[in-house]
Amino acid sequence: MSKPFLSIDRLTQQFPDGQGGTLTVFENASFGIEQGEFVCILGHSGCGKSTIMNILAGLAEPTSGAVTMDGAEISGPSLDRGVVFQNYSLLPWLSTLKNVTFGVKAREPGWTKSEVEAHARKYLAMVGLEGDVVHRKPSQLSGGMRQRVSIARAFANHPKLLLLDEPFGALDALTRGTIQDELLKIWGGTEQTVFMITHDIDEAILLADRILLMTNGPFARVSESVEITIPRPRNRTEIVEHPNYYAIRNHLVHFLGLRSKELAGQQGDGAEQRPTPVRIDKTAAAEADPETAPPLRAVND
Amino acid sequence: MLDNLSVNQRAAILSVVMLVVGLLIWESVIPAQKAVGELTEYERLTGGGQPKAGVPPPSQVLSKAWEQLSDPFYDAGPNDKGIGIQIGYSIYRVLTGYVLAAVVAIPLGFLIGMSQVAYKAFNPFIQVLRPISPLAWMPLALFIIQDSEASAIFVIFICSIWPMLLNTAFGVAGVRKDWVNVARTHELGSLRTAFTVILPAAAPTIVTGMRISIGIAWLVIVAAEMLVGGTGIGYYVWNEWNNLDLTSVIFSILMIGVVGMLLDAAFGFLQRAVAYAE
Repeated sequence: MSKPFLSIDRLTQQFPDGQGGTLTVFENASFGIEQGEFVCILGHSGCGKSTIMNILAGLAEPTSGAVTMDGAEISGPSLDRGVVFQNYSLLPWLSTLKNVTFGVKAREPGWTKSEVEAHARKYLAMVGLEGDVVHRKPSQLSGGMRQRVSIARAFANHPKLLLLDEPFGALDALTRGTIQDELLKIWGGTEQTVFMITHDIDEAILLADRILLMTNGPFARVSESVEITIPRPRNRTEIVEHPNYYAIRNHLVHFLGLRSKELAGQQGDGAEQRPTPVRIDKTAAAEADPETAPPLRAVND
Repeated sequence: MLDNLSVNQRAAILSVVMLVVGLLIWESVIPAQKAVGELTEYERLTGGGQPKAGVPPPSQVLSKAWEQLSDPFYDAGPNDKGIGIQIGYSIYRVLTGYVLAAVVAIPLGFLIGMSQVAYKAFNPFIQVLRPISPLAWMPLALFIIQDSEASAIFVIFICSIWPMLLNTAFGVAGVRKDWVNVARTHELGSLRTAFTVILPAAAPTIVTGMRISIGIAWLVIVAAEMLVGGTGIGYYVWNEWNNLDLTSVIFSILMIGVVGMLLDAAFGFLQRAVAYAE
């Protein structure tokens, strides 16, 4: 088996627990992400999702283990890995446009001022920010608009891997829906590899090719990798009609509601822990024989 | 009638009323000099007809101000220079000492703000040196530097360095981690991070320190110039006191206030320019 585009190998993170011991957040976690894939990771708070994200971004160092991207081991932050933070992390003293050109200038130091600005404007337009709005400061924008700017800044840099850390967590449900659609639209036009943390099951199903499920910490594990067998382009109003939608959703709810607790706290035996691939597809079964089709089919390969 | 005016207009009217009432009270409580013809024999014998040294009424101060401000830059020898020249000397000393202090304090504050070790290492020295009255340095400065002009500048330097140093360190240490992470994920070098992220993020706090410093420097220059003498607004006040020219003393007190206000306003303007809302 050849190595995937992004390969996480035996990643372990321990912190001192404040009483002289160590707290193991996760250990020997291994998984991979293919190029162009959109992967969401779901899990309860405290399971180490954000820690994984920070390690991938290069902002934190794992206790042990390695992350390899495109054949090279990552160390430290890089322009190849763009990050959209939950709290937007826009620089409040710069205008919307300047916040995006800030990134573009770092990415393309050789470009002229007008090239940088045209590029930034193009990506701001993709998230629906055009006209005078681009000269406003972040404090004059709504939460949804700020996150749009942050997304534009990340996409404008064409990172090899885009990391989204609960990007819609602070937004109201309606705004969240609109920006999810915009994110899908932009992502559809690129070959961007995306790794995203979320708490929202429906959001994950709408956006992802694959969902990684984490058990509760400590000793959290990336336990399952659920393939989303709903064809693209997806639309929030239509995917709920798809026969696989509720099957997948029920599986995820069941995992987060029950099994994430049952599987929690199991100390590993030192072996590498890879998620079990899960594929739920009721379309083929429904066509063949709707009565006898198993409600859930797990395929291990 | 007042209801139709804005808050600012009403405040302006009240200010003018207070000024006029204050000046009238001042003018009325100064006893008028009696004419020679009205004096008793006893008063005449005891020198009552001589011009008396007393607190001058505001009308005299105003005419003095008019006289001085209509020709602020005349120079008639060492003890008779226009108010403009005196204030010019003071501003020159304040700005020289102040700029030198900024050149030292802001980079050093950056270092202290960025590094816990530097902060802990510098802190005891700062805590001991900071509460020293700047004038206490004057004898030592005069002895070491052997130049009264440079000593005055040194006193300004030493008094304006602390607020800038502490505020810069505080501002830099308080820069949000997220913004630093944005710089890191964009692979900015440490120098570019310092100038494009940390400096603008800490600028409001730094400028607040600069504004406090310029205020202190302007307070201290008057006292310093009274000591070193020669030129400057502080020397001018003391010289006019020695001349028993209280009209000039009151006029120069007012001028010190006006210049201090203008310096503060300049930094207030700068503060608004670097402010940002989160």
